[in-house]
Amino acid sequence: MNTEALLSNVPLLVVSVSAVAAGLILLLNRPGLSARRRNVRDLVGVVAALGKFALVLTMLPPVLAGGVVESAPLYIAKDIAFYFRVDAFGLLFALLSSSLWVIVSVYSLGYMRSLRYGHEAGFYAAFALSLSAAAGIAMAGNLLTFFVFFEILTIATYPLIVHRRNKEAVYGGREYMVYLLIAGQLLLIAVAWTHFLAPGVGFTPGGFLAETGASTLALQVLFVLFILGVGVKAAIIPLHGWLPTAMVAPTPVSALLHAVAVVKAGAFGVVRVTGFVFGPELLWALGAGLILACFAAVTIIFASLKALSENHLKRRIAYSTVSQLSYIVLGAALASPAALVGAMFHIVAHGYMKITLFMCAGAIYATAHKEYVSQLDGIGRKMPYTMGAFAVAALAITGMPFFAGFVSKWNLGVGAVEAGLPIFIAVLIGSAVLNVGYFFPVVFQAYFGRCLEPETHAVAAAAEPAVPAAATAHHNHPGGHAGQEGHEDQGEARPLMLYPLLVTAAAAFLFGVVPNFGMHFLELAEIAAREVTQGGLWSVGGGVSR
Amino acid sequence: MTAHLPILMAIIPLLVGMAAPLLVLLSAPLARGVVLLAALATLGCSAATLIRVLDAGRAWHYYLAGWPPPWGIEYVIDPLSGVMTTLVSFFALAALIYAGPYLEARRALEKGTFYALFLLTVGGLMGMCVTGDLFNLFVFLEICSLAAYALIAAGGRRSLVAALRYLIIGSVAASMYLLGIGYLYVMTGSLNMADVATLLPPLLDSPAGILAVVLIAAGLAIKVALFPLHGWLPDTYSYTPAPVLGFIAAVMTKVSAYALYRIFYFVAEAAGPVSATLEVLGWLAAAGILFGSIMAIAQRDFWRMLAYSSVGQVAYIILGLAIGNSLALIGAVLHIISHAVVKGLLFFIAGSIKWQTGTRRIADFAGLARQMPLTMGIFLVAAMSMIGVPPLIGFFGKWYLVLGSIEAGAWGFVAVLIISTLLTAVYFFRVIERVYELDKLRPEIEYGSEAQGLPSETSETAGRPLRVRPGTGGRLELPATMLVPVILLGVSVILLGIYNELLVTNVIQYALPWRLP
Repeated sequence: MNTEALLSNVPLLVVSVSAVAAGLILLLNRPGLSARRRNVRDLVGVVAALGKFALVLTMLPPVLAGGVVESAPLYIAKDIAFYFRVDAFGLLFALLSSSLWVIVSVYSLGYMRSLRYGHEAGFYAAFALSLSAAAGIAMAGNLLTFFVFFEILTIATYPLIVHRRNKEAVYGGREYMVYLLIAGQLLLIAVAWTHFLAPGVGFTPGGFLAETGASTLALQVLFVLFILGVGVKAAIIPLHGWLPTAMVAPTPVSALLHAVAVVKAGAFGVVRVTGFVFGPELLWALGAGLILACFAAVTIIFASLKALSENHLKRRIAYSTVSQLSYIVLGAALASPAALVGAMFHIVAHGYMKITLFMCAGAIYATAHKEYVSQLDGIGRKMPYTMGAFAVAALAITGMPFFAGFVSKWNLGVGAVEAGLPIFIAVLIGSAVLNVGYFFPVVFQAYFGRCLEPETHAVAAAAEPAVPAAATAHHNHPGGHAGQEGHEDQGEARPLMLYPLLVTAAAAFLFGVVPNFGMHFLELAEIAAREVTQGGLWSVGGGVSR
Repeated sequence: MTAHLPILMAIIPLLVGMAAPLLVLLSAPLARGVVLLAALATLGCSAATLIRVLDAGRAWHYYLAGWPPPWGIEYVIDPLSGVMTTLVSFFALAALIYAGPYLEARRALEKGTFYALFLLTVGGLMGMCVTGDLFNLFVFLEICSLAAYALIAAGGRRSLVAALRYLIIGSVAASMYLLGIGYLYVMTGSLNMADVATLLPPLLDSPAGILAVVLIAAGLAIKVALFPLHGWLPDTYSYTPAPVLGFIAAVMTKVSAYALYRIFYFVAEAAGPVSATLEVLGWLAAAGILFGSIMAIAQRDFWRMLAYSSVGQVAYIILGLAIGNSLALIGAVLHIISHAVVKGLLFFIAGSIKWQTGTRRIADFAGLARQMPLTMGIFLVAAMSMIGVPPLIGFFGKWYLVLGSIEAGAWGFVAVLIISTLLTAVYFFRVIERVYELDKLRPEIEYGSEAQGLPSETSETAGRPLRVRPGTGGRLELPATMLVPVILLGVSVILLGIYNELLVTNVIQYALPWRLP
């Protein structure tokens, strides 16, 4: 497929906008900052987010027309250029991350002001830098560029995870670094090896490794290295351990990590590797497709089961993330046209759904200081809009028709049949049932549960041995919180938190009804999938040849 | 004048060094000015020579006193030695600027001795880089080593022992090297590198040749501090004054590594006993990389941690030499530059911390981020470069080494490089956690402003409370002369990383041995 390349500096600008914003935020920060200066500083993030989104949007028309946007190459290492090449798939991820950054940056203002953790400048700066890296990953034209931003993302998110600076946060941060740095190094070997096999080749729809003539064994080892490298960020079981631990971070971070940047970068990387480095054909010729699909299936089911048993709300959502991410991995592994469409669209759909859930959890925590599912009885009556958004997102995740999750799951199901492995539809259905099982009790409890008064709550906490002391301590805490602008009565969340999550919840619904609304996500996914599969099923034999 | 640049860059520091003690007696500021000017002139000569060599596209042969080789001493500047001299003279200048506040309160005699010894070291190192004569290299090696022993000994009581120990070990190393070239001289009848290079290959695979190679390798390996011959390094690095240390750690081991590269790849060729020796060196380097990194994790003292980190990092260079294909050699040369810049920077930062707060124990570092935000920000950059985070310079050294190992099929070395990266991350994140007070327990939610409660916090932490040096309570976190080199190096870590390709294709490309298959 011959695509028209448009040379432009927009990708470079997109990456630098948020990096510059990070620098500005740090520069504007001084120890004794007046409220006005603080507002200016905080506004920098929001403005940068808007600017970045607008810039990414300008790339939409040429890409929809079937072209790609390329930046001029900068030779960063011998024989390897550092350059951006925005194809449909990259643009999809860039659009997702930049649009959600706008929303999260507004939300995090509200959140961070509710719960004064301190060190906000560092927080916003690291946040902006992470988004820079995510955009870089999305638009990278070759593996080295991808790797550079992949590593920057790891480093830039570390300060976010340890932001609370308590023991939990530091341990979580250490675990995070251990997982991700090891993965990064394995990816480095894979990238270097690929460069050795095919010097200087960029991402090619349909893959480029098949032409190198490397032995099957070498390619298999290479594939394992690649998948270990990107799979840790994509949290494929058994590489998922860091993700629930990383839940100690402030919620906007969890939202960012789990909906936009880190895990999506991993899932995006999996699709990039399978679709644009190896290619579907080689993937199955190596026998790697089926194995990867099986890992994905196990992850989907196992993580859902873990979510069922998790009492901490954010951790429950985190396990749900682990499970949902593997939908994308599954689609990448099946690699039939519809499965790829499903996988790519799920990157978007899951982004909007999961960010809603996290923002709801954060709003509940910041407003009512509750973080365990067992404490949520009756909260829906106090925070009806927040819980309403939660319910919408939960519905969407289960794959209810007319919600965003349905579009991707439908395509994945079709893709499984196309690939001749309809058995994976059973996994999808099983997972949907489990999704209902772990999200709807929360919704039900929130709206219809007994509203616990403080004294009865003590009883409940005693009856709930799994709740660590830290959680119950919160209920002694609000005394010191009384001066905080009257949030003591636990009404609805602050507007700065509420509106963003309502917007994303609405989007989760909207993309189910009109998947191409505004940003043409489905169309982008279709274009990308068509390119990867070269317009049709790559394998003639269907299920027989496997 | 320009015709004599190669000798000027070695002779200026030597002469000014000898004059410095006298100048100090006249006027201390004058002496400092002259010394700085000399360093600047040296840097200018090196840079001009490098540019001229690159323009001409061939090496610059300079015959000392007009005697043609093999009778006279020949200086040869090719892109490789040009890079090394520029690196050395740049660090000499940076260290001299940085040393300003250290010297301020010293007596004139101390100042004079410092300048003299420092410039002698610089002159020796410059000479080692430019010379095309094996014996002349030994002479310069001794000049710089002897001056360095004295410089190191100036650090106080404990540094005396360290310096003595280094002196003994270093003299053994120099003798071994001398013995090695003695054998070469007996075999070939020549000491000129180019001459030996043509005469040696057929003779090399003889008992005398093998002995010569092994002796030279052992002597220089001690100087490089290759594991297990690194014994002198940790103590020496721990007790040397910071400005000296920033210089020594940045370039001294590198120049010895350069000499090894020069002799093994340009004078001899990577065949027969040389390649066998290189293989042994490669495995020692691999062991050293792991050993240095693990020992660094075990240290409580920041300086000692950096010292052990050096043991690990210089071994990268030797590893690159041992792998020996063009990518690995590019990696080795790039790592010489990258490690020089980063380790020099880190020791400057360590010195600044000691200067400002009087501490070097990692446990006492809590709160430094607030006290010295800029320096600590640069420390972060340096640490990330050491770990090998792209797009910083440290990453690209590793990148070429990994590529070279893959090309050579040396998967064991790939594994070592990867593991060492992770170990490096461990020991730097220990410091980062401390500096940014991540390991200090805080209540779940803190209701209050960002800057609250510094005094009470520091008293809670394990170590002594941080001392703030009186008289620097102004706007800068460090004296300007200390801050400038730190910022300059910090910026170059980033810029060299992004533009390393220019360096590789325009310079390092031509610093590969012509005999490479």
